[in-house]
Amino acid sequence: MSEFFAANLPYILSGISVGGQYALIAIGYTMVYGILRLINFAHGDVFMVAGLVMIYMTASLPMYISIPIVLVATVVLGFIIERVAYKPLRSSPRMSVMISAIGVSYLLQNCALYFTGGLPQPYPAIPFLSDSITVFGATTKMVTVITPVLTFILVVALVLLINHTKIGMAMRAVSKDFETSQLMGIKINSVISATFIIGSALAAIGSLLYFTNYASVNPMSGSLPGLRAFVAAVFGGIGSIPGAVIGAFIIGICENIIKGAGWTAFSDAFTFVLLIVILMVKPTGIFGEKATDKV
Amino acid sequence: MSEAILKIRDLKVNYGGIEAVKGISFDVPAGEIVTLIGANGAGKSSTLRAISGIVKPAGGSIELLGEHIEGKNPTDIVKMGITLVPEGRKIFPDLSVKENLRVGAYLRKDNIEDDINWVYDLFPRLKERSWQAGGTLSGGEQQMLAVGRALMSRPKVIMMDEPSLGLAPIVVRGIFDIIREINRQGMTILLIEQNANMALKTAHKGYVMETGSITMSGTGLELLADESVKAAYLGT
Repeated sequence: MSEFFAANLPYILSGISVGGQYALIAIGYTMVYGILRLINFAHGDVFMVAGLVMIYMTASLPMYISIPIVLVATVVLGFIIERVAYKPLRSSPRMSVMISAIGVSYLLQNCALYFTGGLPQPYPAIPFLSDSITVFGATTKMVTVITPVLTFILVVALVLLINHTKIGMAMRAVSKDFETSQLMGIKINSVISATFIIGSALAAIGSLLYFTNYASVNPMSGSLPGLRAFVAAVFGGIGSIPGAVIGAFIIGICENIIKGAGWTAFSDAFTFVLLIVILMVKPTGIFGEKATDKV
Repeated sequence: MSEAILKIRDLKVNYGGIEAVKGISFDVPAGEIVTLIGANGAGKSSTLRAISGIVKPAGGSIELLGEHIEGKNPTDIVKMGITLVPEGRKIFPDLSVKENLRVGAYLRKDNIEDDINWVYDLFPRLKERSWQAGGTLSGGEQQMLAVGRALMSRPKVIMMDEPSLGLAPIVVRGIFDIIREINRQGMTILLIEQNANMALKTAHKGYVMETGSITMSGTGLELLADESVKAAYLGT
């Protein structure tokens, strides 16, 4: 056991780190699903756009200005997507909204293709995050250590927000019952926007951490991490925040151990086989809603 | 008779081309209990949904203290002082009893602790279960919670959609005792019921609705004594 641990330490470390990054994306999927019962397929591409914005901003602006701009721009993008592509379809069948989400996903990828000319854009090295550090004899980037800590802090903050603030209470109410929430005077559109804003902000933070490990960003850079985070959200029980976080860490760690064993080509296959198995064996995931819809 | 706090004139509500409410008019005087009785599908719920802003009326006017509210959104209508206790109670099952009450006061910025205590005085059972999830309460307790939650917005008019639905007779009597009690404390109540007997005994004024129109009106006691009401709704 300890031998396995020692041999795989670098992979476990990077697994925890990648898991944290997936978790920050997965929260966006799971929160939006919790409120709108919508799989927001554009979320992974919002994450990619955050990466591109960072690249274009740092080309001319210092880091301490670029990072806040990335956060704000991503939040604004998430907000606009909801208002333009999902809100007008609020009373349409769920399938229409989902198709709209797929449309937004392709739209973002194509816009990115236009702006980048299809060429991978080199991601800047963020000072501190890109620095080297040695943990238990394994040399890695600072981001590997920062990610799980930052993820933990953000998740705790989010859980506190949801359980102990007025807007959090409104989110929990709206996620159960639109109409009754309206009767309480809750503006559901504001609550839904708040959900998209939180999800996009976390995706932006996730992108800063995730792309630090990569040389470049291209228009397809968001799609695989987005899908993996989506699997994590399903694995944990879509709609559940702790579920999404735990699912993300499990997927991140497994993926990297598989890579460590020399099976890199199969790491994504594992993730998606996991998705299929979950859907067959326990479709509600680890922490999914137990109750079925009452009719 | 005191001044009407809520005035409904020629209200029409359509659902997908079907006229659910075909131009009804009635008044709810301040401090009174007014009831709309009628069978399933008579348009009672549609009337309340239109007043609360959940559905937009197809025509007519709704005035609260002289101000037109028809077509406004539910948030503004709650803010102006009308709340609806929805059919089937619709408490939030995952929120605690106390949170359900807090959600009822969502639009208020002032201190609500006194009002929570007031609701707990009205319904001591809720106080015992303050930290329990709403979904774990019995049907009668959920109805108490739904009424308490509606009171938390400090409404001028409280509307109740079938509060007796699916409750045991003894529990129904308890619910009507509560309705009388909050009315005695000054609350104006618009009540719709299929339990015509209880509703008419409780109400100051009653209206009978049939297929989208008001066919009869009178004091609760007058309607209770009316032969056609007896035959159609009281089963005697």
